Amino acid sequence: MGFPHPPHPRETQVLSRWFGDAEARTYAGWIKRGGYAALEQALGMTREQVIEEVKTSGLRGRGGAGFPAGVKWSFMPRQKTKAHYLCCNADESEPGTFKDREIMRWTPHQLLEGCAIAAYAIQAEQVFLYIRGEFTEPLRIMQAALDEAYARGVLGANAMGKGVRIDITIHRGAGAYICGEETALMNSIEGKRGNPRIRPPFPAAVGVFGCPTTINNVETLSSVPHIIARGGAWYKGLSLSSPKSTGTKLFSICGTVARPGNYEVTMGFPLKELLLDLAGGMRPGRTLKAVIPGGSSVPILTAEEAMDTLLDYEGCVAKGTMLGSGGMIVLDDSVDMVYQVMRLARFYAHESCAQCTQCREGTAWTVKILQRILGGEGRPADLDVLLDLSEQMTGRTICVLSDSCAAPVVSAIRKFRPEFERYLGHGKAAARA
Amino acid sequence: MSDLVKLTIEGHEVEAPAGTSILEAAKLVGILIPHYCYHPALPVAGSCRMCLVEVEKSPKPQPACATPITPGMVVRVASDVARAARRAVLEFLLINHPLDCPICDQAGECELQDYTHEEGRAAGRYADYPKRYNPVEDFGPDVLYVPNRCILCTRCVRFMENVAQEPTLNVSERGDRARIGVFPGAALDHPWAGNVVDLCPVGSLLSKDFLNKARVWDLDKTASVCGGCTQGCNITLETRDNAVVRVKPRPNMAVNRWFICDEGRLGYAWLNRADRIEAPLVREGGRLVPVEWEVALARAAELVGAGDGPAVGLVSPGASCEALEAAARVLAARGEGSAGAFRVRQGPERPLAGVPDLALRAERAPNVAGALAAGFGRDWDAAVARARAAGLVLVLDESLAGLAEPVTDGALLYIGTVLPETARGAVVILPCTNVAEEEGSFVNLRGLRQRYAQARTPPGMARPAAWILDAILAALPARAARAGGRA
Repeated sequence: MGFPHPPHPRETQVLSRWFGDAEARTYAGWIKRGGYAALEQALGMTREQVIEEVKTSGLRGRGGAGFPAGVKWSFMPRQKTKAHYLCCNADESEPGTFKDREIMRWTPHQLLEGCAIAAYAIQAEQVFLYIRGEFTEPLRIMQAALDEAYARGVLGANAMGKGVRIDITIHRGAGAYICGEETALMNSIEGKRGNPRIRPPFPAAVGVFGCPTTINNVETLSSVPHIIARGGAWYKGLSLSSPKSTGTKLFSICGTVARPGNYEVTMGFPLKELLLDLAGGMRPGRTLKAVIPGGSSVPILTAEEAMDTLLDYEGCVAKGTMLGSGGMIVLDDSVDMVYQVMRLARFYAHESCAQCTQCREGTAWTVKILQRILGGEGRPADLDVLLDLSEQMTGRTICVLSDSCAAPVVSAIRKFRPEFERYLGHGKAAARA
Repeated sequence: MSDLVKLTIEGHEVEAPAGTSILEAAKLVGILIPHYCYHPALPVAGSCRMCLVEVEKSPKPQPACATPITPGMVVRVASDVARAARRAVLEFLLINHPLDCPICDQAGECELQDYTHEEGRAAGRYADYPKRYNPVEDFGPDVLYVPNRCILCTRCVRFMENVAQEPTLNVSERGDRARIGVFPGAALDHPWAGNVVDLCPVGSLLSKDFLNKARVWDLDKTASVCGGCTQGCNITLETRDNAVVRVKPRPNMAVNRWFICDEGRLGYAWLNRADRIEAPLVREGGRLVPVEWEVALARAAELVGAGDGPAVGLVSPGASCEALEAAARVLAARGEGSAGAFRVRQGPERPLAGVPDLALRAERAPNVAGALAAGFGRDWDAAVARARAAGLVLVLDESLAGLAEPVTDGALLYIGTVLPETARGAVVILPCTNVAEEEGSFVNLRGLRQRYAQARTPPGMARPAAWILDAILAALPARAARAGGRA
């Protein structure tokens, strides 16, 4: 549900069912709500059965890339020759995304349960819960839940009394967006600078401390207990569209809408209805201009495109964008697209890890051009230069931060070119008029 | 890894062991894929993105340094996509670069300059924005960091971390504010730290010693072997107007890979000494008089041929094998009982941790093995004691430092580059060349005999010691007689 708003009847509450209910944060409260039954059940299954169930569910990574979770788990070596690790990516830093924060704030045990099940499935005895540095409240709540879980024997050398060792350690980030990238996250856990690593080798072969590692997002892992408890087939049935996009998805809606917040709907839900119905539509007197559907890194949709977009992995791709993290930024007609794009680019320029040339220099250059345009000093060639830079910043680097900077720039210029041209023609004052 | 993989690079069929990178495989057919962060001595960073190549069936250009070859792979280095990617990287690298080539030591051997000339844009599109500026930093004894020229390839960081295994440098800050930093409390004072200057593909890390000394295109380069210790690192002596102004490592995978230590790098000043003996000198009436070589050689042969008891040789392990062998022949010609010895300056051993069997060795002379092979012993003190009463003492480029004067009551035949006080009582003084002024060879501590070439012209009448000693041998009366008899 879109806490602090009451649940909307069209939501399908799986993950968010207990949002706003402080009692669910405690061990006792979680048990009362059926918690840890799925973990107990999973520990009674074989590891292969757990992986198979998750494969059946069709659960895909909720961090943005959308890789099938069960398939990812099956990449881990069957024969364990060294330590296996699970990393839970709770470094939610994508602008416009705040779903993992709510999961951790309200249902910390839901996440711990998911972590424990996944750890069991991939033969990891150690889980690193990598929490974004700025998440002070979620950190406090997660730590309290973790302490309780240990005290109650859920975790530790004899997890749930089943003779399996599952340890979870919270690792707090230090405030770098890039540490949400899975290989940078691993470096950060190792105490190194948070730079993304080159793949191959992939984490399942060489991950944290050189050992096989799986990295899953908070929302992905939190979905796992429900899949185990109610069956992969049930989860797979939760889809309004493509059989490749299953289950529910939390959408964080922010921007110029009447009721910003988190909304949980089944995959394939129409964007239009989510926006106009659940989130209450635009503010009075305003009209929709654009939607960035999957966190700030994805191409922008015009109002027209957004109105017939289906919210699942395929539906977004069909519109030339991505479902991403589900962080939906809604922009109305009061919004200056050029400024918005500059603001996004500035974020990426600030957060570039500085490894790859295109990203280090290109993101900063992009900002300079956009700022000059905003200052009324833009040159006619600037837009072409921006597009050219963006092209060279896409698909050329170790990670996709550079691509993420380019995507909104390119889509904004393509779809809202007149706004840019007004600045170029007459300077800022004229553009506002 | 021993399985061979066949692929096509730029139309050439290539076969290389599985696991080889595209970049290394391309070298096998003579294609150098432009790159900055990659260096065969360092772990792959894959971050400069200069080596992006087009790989058939791959949706995105791939970094040649970090992409292993696969069977049937088709790689294009000069395609439009690859060229455009390189052109873009060059433009990105240059937007914050000061373009101060005219005052940059690296100009002429700068990979940024070279590749820009080759494939870069004629003009940048960044012209109107201010460039990033950071002041020059002093990184350590011989290294200056000019952050404005830095392309963040991190070769220096990786060298210190993985090769020197003394993490000293880091990347500080993020985004376009990033620069190379020194860890708090650390300094770039590792005995092999100077290699970061060579590894730096641009003019960002500079040698203080070479700073503003010469334009590199004015330098003559000569293959040589370092005389600093018994390791025998291969070097290039770089000369300007007959003066050695810089020493650079010359890659040799069997000896020093790509590296030399700072002591070897900076210890070249003696090669340019101005206080050299410039003419043969012979004692006449208590005075040393400059003479023609014929005169001096005849006097020297006279001394050797005098036959008043065994001679003692005091030789330097810094002399060439050829000189040491000739000195041994001269001593042998003197007759039964003649022998020689050498001493070696000692210093602390300074290994380069990441390279097996590479160190600045404790014995600080290049040809200890060569001296031993020529028959000279390490019994220096005994030789010095014998020298006192010997009829003839032959000195080969030994400083005689610390020895009592006179070294001998007999005759002193001194062959050297400079004339120490201790040798001023010599009967004959013959000026020889130093390692930069002659051809010769050294044998390193692993028994490898390595040749070095002549880098500068010798001062005055100085001749290679091997030539001098062979000339003395040829001038010996007995020899001359034997030769005559045969004829």
